[in-house]
Formats: sequence, C-alpha cells, structure tokens
Amino acid sequence: MDLYAQRTSNIRRTWALVLGFLVVVTAVGYAISWYYGNSAILYFAVIVAVSTNFYAYWASDKLVLSMNRARPATREEFFDLYTVTENLAITAGLPKPKLYVIDDPAPNAFATGRDEKHAVVCATTGLLSVLTRPELEGVIAHELSHIKNRDILLMTVAVVLAGFVAIVADIFLRMSLHGGRSDNKQGNAVMMILAVAGIVLAPLAAKLIQFAVSRRREYLADASGALLTRYPEGLASALQKISSYNMPMRRANHATAHLFIDEPFGKPEGGKLAWLERLFSTHPPIQERIQAILGTQTSS
Amino acid sequence: MSTITIILIVTLVVVLWIVGAYNRFVRLVNQAKEAWADIQVQLKRRYDLIPNLVETVKGYAAHESSAFENVTKARAAAMGAGSATPAAQAQAENQLSGALKTLFAVSEAYPDLKANENFLQLQKEIGDTEDKIQASRRFYNTTVMTLNTAVQSFPGNVIANSFKFAPMDLFELTAADAAAAEPVKVKF
Repeated sequence: MDLYAQRTSNIRRTWALVLGFLVVVTAVGYAISWYYGNSAILYFAVIVAVSTNFYAYWASDKLVLSMNRARPATREEFFDLYTVTENLAITAGLPKPKLYVIDDPAPNAFATGRDEKHAVVCATTGLLSVLTRPELEGVIAHELSHIKNRDILLMTVAVVLAGFVAIVADIFLRMSLHGGRSDNKQGNAVMMILAVAGIVLAPLAAKLIQFAVSRRREYLADASGALLTRYPEGLASALQKISSYNMPMRRANHATAHLFIDEPFGKPEGGKLAWLERLFSTHPPIQERIQAILGTQTSS
Repeated sequence: MSTITIILIVTLVVVLWIVGAYNRFVRLVNQAKEAWADIQVQLKRRYDLIPNLVETVKGYAAHESSAFENVTKARAAAMGAGSATPAAQAQAENQLSGALKTLFAVSEAYPDLKANENFLQLQKEIGDTEDKIQASRRFYNTTVMTLNTAVQSFPGNVIANSFKFAPMDLFELTAADAAAAEPVKVKF
C-alpha cells in the first residue's frame, strides 16, 4: 500500500473504531436505562466524564510540560530542532508550535495542545543526541502530523467515552451491591445475566477500543509524516534507533504515554502473553511501523 | 407536497451548492496566492543575508573578485526579476543559488575564513534559508494541487468554468533550470 492509500485506510479504520465505540457506549446506556428505568445515571456519568477530561484537554500544553519537567528550547541552544520544526511547519501550513526539551537519555518526543495555535512539541535530550538531521525531520514530521490530524482531540474524546463507560459500570456495580433493582423489570434470567456481564466487561472493551484508536493514529501519523517529508527512510531509521534503546523514561506516566512517539515505559517482553500486552499498547510494534513506512520501497 | 414547493426546494439546494462551490474556489485561490507571497518572504530573507556574507568573505579572500561579482550581480538580477513571470524569477533564483555555491566552494581554500565564527553562522543561516525556500515552495505546490483538483473535478469544474477559475502552475524545475540541478564542479 502506498502512503496515500495507507493514510486513507488509517482514517477509515479510525472511523470504524469510533463507530464501534459509540455502539458500545450506546448499548451500555440503553442497558442501564432499561435496567433501572431511569437515565439519571447516564447524565451524571456524561457530566463527570466530560468535566474531568475537559480541563486536561484544554490545558494539555501546560499540563504535560509540567508533568515532564520540560524547558523551552531556544534557537541558539537547539538550532537543529528549532529550524527543522520551523521548516516542516511551513511545509505543512501549520503555525510553528512551541518547542520544549526534556532532560532524559531515553530518546523520545511528543506533541500536545488543544489545537494548532496552542500546539507544543517536545523532545528529549537523548533523542537530539542520537538522531541525524534527516531522522529528526522524520520524527518532527510525525509529531506535526499528530497536531494536524487533531489526534489530541480525538484521543480526549476516546478517553471521555471510555471514562463514561467506566463510571456507568462502576455505579451499576455499587448499586447492585446494595440490592437496588427496579421491580417492574422482571425480564428473563438470560437477559439479566447478559446485561450484567455486558456492563462489567464494557469498561474493558472501551479501554481496548481506546488503545486500538491510539495505535491506528500512530500508523496514520507515520504515513502523514512520511508524506510531509517525502523521505520515509528518515523516520524509519529514527524508529530503528529509538527501538534499540530499552530503558523506560525517568518520568513515564500512563496518562501521557499515548502522546509519545514510542512507549515511554520500555518494551513489553516477548513470551506467551505478548499478544495480550499488544492489545493494551498505545503504540504499534516498531518493526511493523517501519515495515508499513518502507513497504512501498521494497518493490522499487 | 405541491410541485411548486419541490421545485423551490431543489432550486434552493442548487443555489446553495453553487454559492458554496464558488466560495471554496475563492478560498483556494487566495490560499495559493498567499503561499506564493510566502515564498517571496523567504527569498527576501536570503537577499538580506548575502551582503553580510560577501563582506565577511572579502575580509579573507579579497582577490576572489569574480566569485563576489557573480553573487552580487545574480542577487541584483533575482531581486529585479521578482515582478516578472514565475518562470523568469525561478531561473534568476537558480543562478543566484549557483553563484552562492561557487562562493562557498571557493571559501573552502581559506582555513582562516572557515574558522571565522561569523562566516560559519552565516553559512548555517543561508543553508537554513534555502531549506525554508524549499519548504515554502512545497507548501505552495500543495495548495496549488488542492486548487487544481477542485477546479478540474466534476461537478466543480462546471462552476469553475462558468466563473473563470483556472488551474494554477506548480512550482517546477523547467528545462532551463536542469543545468542548475547539476552538481557544482570544483576544479583545483
């Protein structure tokens, strides 16, 4: 698949996942309303899910920076990072994002910010010391693509939906423990068991969909970034270097893990449960990402 | 619903579509024009850096007069060609790039010059400026491609032809510039 086709495919698959997500959420909503004959729980859950995540989204640029102790990157100190970002932003038609640096030997980078005008790109000193300029261009193009594709907004929506499902399930379980069940819903036992199982498993399903969306957007950012630089080898080579570094970052945090170009927690081990770990990964395996970007080259 | 209502609704939908398409073309054309203007901004940055570079090199390599003259003349020609056609300007710019490359190649023979902080800084800045020129040209090509696709696709092309929206030219290397694409040959 060439890069254009990959980009289209990734966007379509994201929509399919979001649709699936909405189906799960709606099913949970209906199940609860049916079970209790009352939709107050839903309103409550929506309000909590949205409000707890809204601040994080709105102030995402400042929050993530302080969580990671990032400092601003000046043109004098980081000429390559600064000029690469500035020039790629011109090519992408984006305003130049604010640049920050984290002092950490693990090579990694992330982008955040609620929209183009409030965008922030951050790289570790480890990344800047191991990558050549074309490789850095590949990484920054990937990050700028996250901004252009509004992935921060999308992932916030996914987190809100997953949070909504988790809250609803939580309330349901608590209320069931206190034996509060509406009398006029006798229903048959099978329906009851299905509804209960569904609601208990729903938060898990929601989380898995959230991770699937995150992985799909990583593939999309790779394809978009390669289209931006027109030099996929740069990003592929950078990913290869990044993957060979196995230590976790000093300040890795689950809340911000999905924003980085690669897992900040260090690689999952191989072995019997590897497939399970992959389901819970925010990022696809690096070798598959490299193949996807370079796959177009092997035929030439 | 009566026939008249249906006809009115259909007409309204068509009119809205025409207005939407027209406005979209206007927006795309203006985006392409802005992208072109942005290239000029980057070119001007290069023009502004060059005199400083020439002075610095003269300080160490005063007798390389042909190299300086070529750069200064090419710069003047490029600045003058700004108002001419894009093709003429592209050619003038390529000649300036060639003259600059020769100047940098000539500077290789002067170790004191190569160690000069000012010279190194200017070399980096001019290199970055050329990257920016390339970046803005690529963005221009992206906007022009979007415009051309919109103007040429059906059914948009019906509106485009009625209101005289034409495809714009991509920024390309012409045959004349092919010579500029050759690597600089340095003879000692």
